[in-house]
Amino acid sequence: MNPQSCVNINKEWDIVGARQLGREMAKEIGFSTVDQARIATAISELARNIYLYAEQGKISYEIIYNDSRAGLCLIAEDEGPGISDISQVMRDGFTTSGGLGAGLPGVKRLMDEFEVYSEVGKGTTIKTVKWLR
Amino acid sequence: MDKKFKRIVLENSDSIVQMWLEKVRDLKDENYTANIGDELYESTNREFINVIFASIQNQGSSNEVEQFSEKIINLGWPLSYITDGLQVFRRVTVDYILSNLEDMDDTEQIKGAFQSVDDWVEPIIRQLVNEYTGNWEQIVSLQRVALQELSAPLIPVMDRITIMPLIGTIDTERAKLIMENLLQGTINHNSEVVLIDITGVPVVDTMVAHHIIQAAEAVHLIGAKCILVGIRPEIAQTIVNLGIDLSDFSTKSSLKKGFMSALEITNRRIVPLEGKNREEQIKNIVDSI
Repeated sequence: MNPQSCVNINKEWDIVGARQLGREMAKEIGFSTVDQARIATAISELARNIYLYAEQGKISYEIIYNDSRAGLCLIAEDEGPGISDISQVMRDGFTTSGGLGAGLPGVKRLMDEFEVYSEVGKGTTIKTVKWLR
Repeated sequence: MDKKFKRIVLENSDSIVQMWLEKVRDLKDENYTANIGDELYESTNREFINVIFASIQNQGSSNEVEQFSEKIINLGWPLSYITDGLQVFRRVTVDYILSNLEDMDDTEQIKGAFQSVDDWVEPIIRQLVNEYTGNWEQIVSLQRVALQELSAPLIPVMDRITIMPLIGTIDTERAKLIMENLLQGTINHNSEVVLIDITGVPVVDTMVAHHIIQAAEAVHLIGAKCILVGIRPEIAQTIVNLGIDLSDFSTKSSLKKGFMSALEITNRRIVPLEGKNREEQIKNIVDSI
């Protein structure tokens, strides 16, 4: 199996492709159905953010190991407008698109590790990991 | 000059066909067509080269080309079979013409040979590729229509109770359709309770949840009640993790439970028929104990 893959996000239907691949990889690593759903939902949120705000970007998947524990690492990258105040977007209910504002804080709760790097005008990179229990 | 080349090619068509068939045979393995039977491959190749020659002879008559492309599409062969085949034909024919020229150093002649062969092959390529992509576009648009037909059905199961089963991914376009059908249907069927079943929705992210919440609120505005049913355990957990607040909506784990409470809301319940098969009923009760 290819341990690292990548899906480009250019149109709305790419979100479906992205989470399909994520779900398949999660299944192969041996995540439970609940965690598979969590990972698929997290990918859906990240991919939708790329599609909504940056219009294009990509999501990479990597199977990682730590002390004999396996995990799935997702990296969402775009060259969009960036985030000016990260603490603001991590607050529940903050939205600029009229949505629920639960996307990024939700992803943080769905996954085990979560990091955001962003520069206004340059783009955003989000790295998040789910460990196999 | 073009006539001269054409004469050379048509007069020696047998040897060009032989050369072409050999080269195309070698292509078979790398051309995604490896799993096609040798006999069929061979006969199709012969048909292909005949079509090419017929097209050259008739100055680009399109009837044979059209029939051939239809056949290849029906067989499901890749487009690369056609483009590779024509590429090989171009190479073989140019080689053949050049080796038959008296004066090999005449650059004008060589240029002319390339030009003529290109002029013969290009209309065939254009037509075949057009037929092929046209066929794909038609399939895609048909599937889009088919998908739209089953994207947001509304089923009036009973007086005042309506069900909308959702299956598959919900995108923005579909969310709009769901909202429209839901509201229109609720009014048309005079429904009091609408059940939205999301058993078949693979992922409920914030966008899907947002659309469902909006739809439920809109249904509430026109005086009906919306119950969200078919929430699988893993979906329930992801909804909680995402921090989506669905406490304002009635939700049920299964369509059955949702239907029961819909009956309750409309002041009805399911009663077994009296008198009929009484003995059998008693037997069932005894069995169940």
